[in-house]
Amino acid sequence: MEDTIAAISTALGVGAISIIRISGGEAIEIVSKIWSGKDLSTVPSHTIHYGFIKDGEEKIDEVLVSIMKAPKTFTKEDVIEINSHGGIATTNRVLELLLTNGCRLAEPGEFTKRAFLNGRIDLIEAEGVMDLISAKTDKSRSLALSQMTGNVSSMIHDLRKRLVSIISNIEVNIDYPEYEDIEVVTIENIKENIAYIQAEIKRILSRSETGSIIKEGIKTAIVGKPNVGKSSILNRLLEEEKAIVTDIAGTTRDIVEGDIAIDGILLHMIDTAGIRKTEDIVENIGVQKSLEWIKKADLVLYVFNNNEIITEEEKELLEKVTEKPSIIIVNKTDLEPKLELPNVDIPVIYMSALENKGVEELRNEIKKLFHLEEIEQNDYTYLSSARSISLLKQCLQAVESVIEGVSQELPIDMIEIDLKNIWNLLGEIIGETYSNELIDEMFSRFCLGK
Amino acid sequence: MYEVIVVGGGHAGCEAALACARKGHKTLLVTGNIKNIADMPCNPSIGGSAKGIVVREIDALGGEMGRNADKSLLQIKMLNSAKGPAVQALRAQADKITYPKNMLKTLESTSNLEIRETLVEDLIVEDNKIKGVVLEDGEKISCTSVILTTGTYLKADILIGDTRTRQGPHGERPSNHLSDKLREYGFDIIRLKTGTPQRIDKNSIDFSKTQVENGDSCYHTFSFDNEIYYKAEDQVPCHLIYTQPETHQIIRDNLNKSSMYGGLNDIKGVGPRYCPSIEDKIVRFADKERHQLFLEPESLYYDDIYIQGFSTSMPKDVQEKMVHSLPGLENAKILKYAYAIEYDAIDSKQLKQSLETKVVENLYTAGQINGTSGYEEAACQGLIAGINASLKLEGKEPLILKRNEAYIGVLIDDLVTKGIIDPYRLLTSRAEYRLLLRHDNADMRLREYGYQVGLVPEEKYHKFLEKKKKIEEVIDILKNTKITPVADTQEYLSTIPTTPLKDGITLYDLLKRPEVSFSHIKHFIDLDTSSEIEEQVTVSIKYEGYIAKANKEALKMVDLDNKKIPADINYDAIHNLASEAKQKLKKIMPTSIGQALRISGVNPADISLIMVYLKKEYHHESK
Repeated sequence: MEDTIAAISTALGVGAISIIRISGGEAIEIVSKIWSGKDLSTVPSHTIHYGFIKDGEEKIDEVLVSIMKAPKTFTKEDVIEINSHGGIATTNRVLELLLTNGCRLAEPGEFTKRAFLNGRIDLIEAEGVMDLISAKTDKSRSLALSQMTGNVSSMIHDLRKRLVSIISNIEVNIDYPEYEDIEVVTIENIKENIAYIQAEIKRILSRSETGSIIKEGIKTAIVGKPNVGKSSILNRLLEEEKAIVTDIAGTTRDIVEGDIAIDGILLHMIDTAGIRKTEDIVENIGVQKSLEWIKKADLVLYVFNNNEIITEEEKELLEKVTEKPSIIIVNKTDLEPKLELPNVDIPVIYMSALENKGVEELRNEIKKLFHLEEIEQNDYTYLSSARSISLLKQCLQAVESVIEGVSQELPIDMIEIDLKNIWNLLGEIIGETYSNELIDEMFSRFCLGK
Repeated sequence: MYEVIVVGGGHAGCEAALACARKGHKTLLVTGNIKNIADMPCNPSIGGSAKGIVVREIDALGGEMGRNADKSLLQIKMLNSAKGPAVQALRAQADKITYPKNMLKTLESTSNLEIRETLVEDLIVEDNKIKGVVLEDGEKISCTSVILTTGTYLKADILIGDTRTRQGPHGERPSNHLSDKLREYGFDIIRLKTGTPQRIDKNSIDFSKTQVENGDSCYHTFSFDNEIYYKAEDQVPCHLIYTQPETHQIIRDNLNKSSMYGGLNDIKGVGPRYCPSIEDKIVRFADKERHQLFLEPESLYYDDIYIQGFSTSMPKDVQEKMVHSLPGLENAKILKYAYAIEYDAIDSKQLKQSLETKVVENLYTAGQINGTSGYEEAACQGLIAGINASLKLEGKEPLILKRNEAYIGVLIDDLVTKGIIDPYRLLTSRAEYRLLLRHDNADMRLREYGYQVGLVPEEKYHKFLEKKKKIEEVIDILKNTKITPVADTQEYLSTIPTTPLKDGITLYDLLKRPEVSFSHIKHFIDLDTSSEIEEQVTVSIKYEGYIAKANKEALKMVDLDNKKIPADINYDAIHNLASEAKQKLKKIMPTSIGQALRISGVNPADISLIMVYLKKEYHHESK
């Protein structure tokens, strides 16, 4: 039987309704696990139902669910569409829940592929499908890699190293039982290790930067010396935001002071009120304050005045800025250029907040910096972070299974099944599928043979 | 005119020849030396982790190795008996005289089977189809199918120190031309290497300085026939010793004299990682103070003791010093020196899952010629090659075991899909679904196939069906028998000990408790069950959750394996296919989507492209 797949099938825009599509034999069964409302297994096909998506007892979202049973569906399989209107964070949460409960995140173009393989789309479209698959796969691969920050992936690498060392030791115990001077993995060893692994996975989950970007938005600091136009740039960005939001019918979401959406991803401006205040009273906020902001931020917008010569303080701050994803904004291009920027590896945007120039360029640069342009607008949105998070959650489930096995004193080789599972899931997150890894480890670490 | 000619009389050749002859096909077995039929040129043991399960699988399919080992035991034990059911396996010390003798007896008493003592040096191939073999004296014998099971005999070189001698094990004549001919017919020839340790005169060993390793006191058999040919108390022990600091010093001082470390400068063969020589171990694990060595008896009929763990290609004088540095072996007399052996093999990626070659039709290969190592690995391939050569003669589909059905399936799929770099040994870690591939259920997995292909006789098949029925019945009874928290019951449960009951519980659920065994269950209900049945029932109840999980995973794989790729697929016509994937797919020509996915370098996107292409091009055929 084919896996049941799920993905967000609409662009992730603020306020707009998002549709999460699920296709496959277990679609109804899986959705039922997180659904509170009518019994979906008995409702007629092609009907819409009102209810809630729940994570245990917690209500996640108020939704409409469309049930379309095979074969008269897009993929010719059972299809469910969840209409969620809770914004990015909620939509992702729903997707995560589906993945944790047995769905697999759809591969790029997979709904279309299934539609085709099941004879729903005619032959002429086949070439298109193939192009779509290869194009989207390349994109998603680079996306997945770039979203995985060095920190998280090295934590996962370390965990896998620890796991492969236990697993290979267990394997050697099994395959070479007569070797007495090879250390035997005991329940105690596993207890120690699994506690550590559990704590680490929880830490990764909470620190998973990609996840937090999607969930909480990109924390953005606007820094620069007084009177360079930080406040007016902020206002420009906010104004555009308001315009966009009010243009969309059916918007239910309140605009939070200082939140800006760039193609569905939130920028959360740090201390907007503070910026306004200091700009208004032309007070020198000082390097110290700026450093604090930079420390907190995921993104730094460093504003310079096109009309002024660069100061020592500004240069000093610039060095700190380079440690974070950042963009230099040269404001007031309507005035005579006097600024000479030192040579740094940071993108530069020329702007005139007064004449409303450069805002589009800034938005594009932010999208580029966070690879947001690769999160496609009109097709099945492929969010590697939701995937990673759900894989990590599956790891935690397997960890619990190990703990249960340990408490029941199951044979080590049974417990090892779950250890291997964790190892594979972690490998899936960082894209490691080298199948000989384990056997290589066995023979490089242990001395065996006739 | 023969239907099948089997070239080589080792473990693969014997199984292949027996399978063909038993299935009624006129078969000729050609061997260089009839004395070396079913020879064990290396360690005197059959089975071991994973391998022991293969022997059970061979038996379930109707092969000979299990029965023959049962008749030829010196010692037998269940490995990993303290671990879970998935990893238990039998290992036996087999008598190197009795084992071949029993096998030869079986071969000679099998109808449709002839044995000839000679060497094959060429094949008769017409239009990429096998027509027969050419013997060393030029005589041609025609046939429909050929199974090559040449072991390490293709251009075999024995390496000791700085000497290279063109000969096979025991100084036998190697085949000098066959591998060149195979290359001419289109095979890629690779060179592999393996080795074997010294044999010591039993009478020259001081066993008081060693640790005794006995066989199990309870009885075991490889074969599902369950016939016992030995007495537990008569089993011959093995002995354990350790290398000494002096041993390591001798090896380090003489390292450059080893064939592998400079003694010879023309070594091309790749040695097995799982079976390094003692000098490899000392170089690679320099900080390890000692290495385990097992002294294993080879036979009741002669005095050779095999030193497991001491394989080397040092010159003879250094070997003398090395051996004499070992405890109990100070005055040991070396009867045979250790050696390394280099030999030719074919690239196993040129094989189909049926073990028929893709290069020459009706030509099959099995055993070390395919790059594997080990008697059990060889035997199971021989059996499958024999079965499939016969099935093809009968116009039937080949028997292809899946990875979730047998270690044999794992082995063959690894060979043809992944290929090999160093000699391949089966390990439990190579099996994804090892919880399904257990020692205890080999018959449940494979008896049916054995019966269908005609190697399991009616009577044994019925015995199997009865066993199967009985297992189902017992499980049913346990599910439907409830015990209640009455005083007697609670009293008994406290003696196990296990927590007392709150409510009624079925015996099925009671058996799920880790501390409860089948014998405890028997306290509550009168069941007429054999230990075999109790084992099956216990395993399937206790590990139900894990087994179900494994089965679910396996089903996904089976589903992909059932999606066939036609043999005439043109990978060049698939746009966007990654070039590495394309190259590998063209070489391996996987028969199913599942197999394609297991090729390293072929990623899921490539698979998607293939599936879309197949749907487009073979619209009317698929689904």
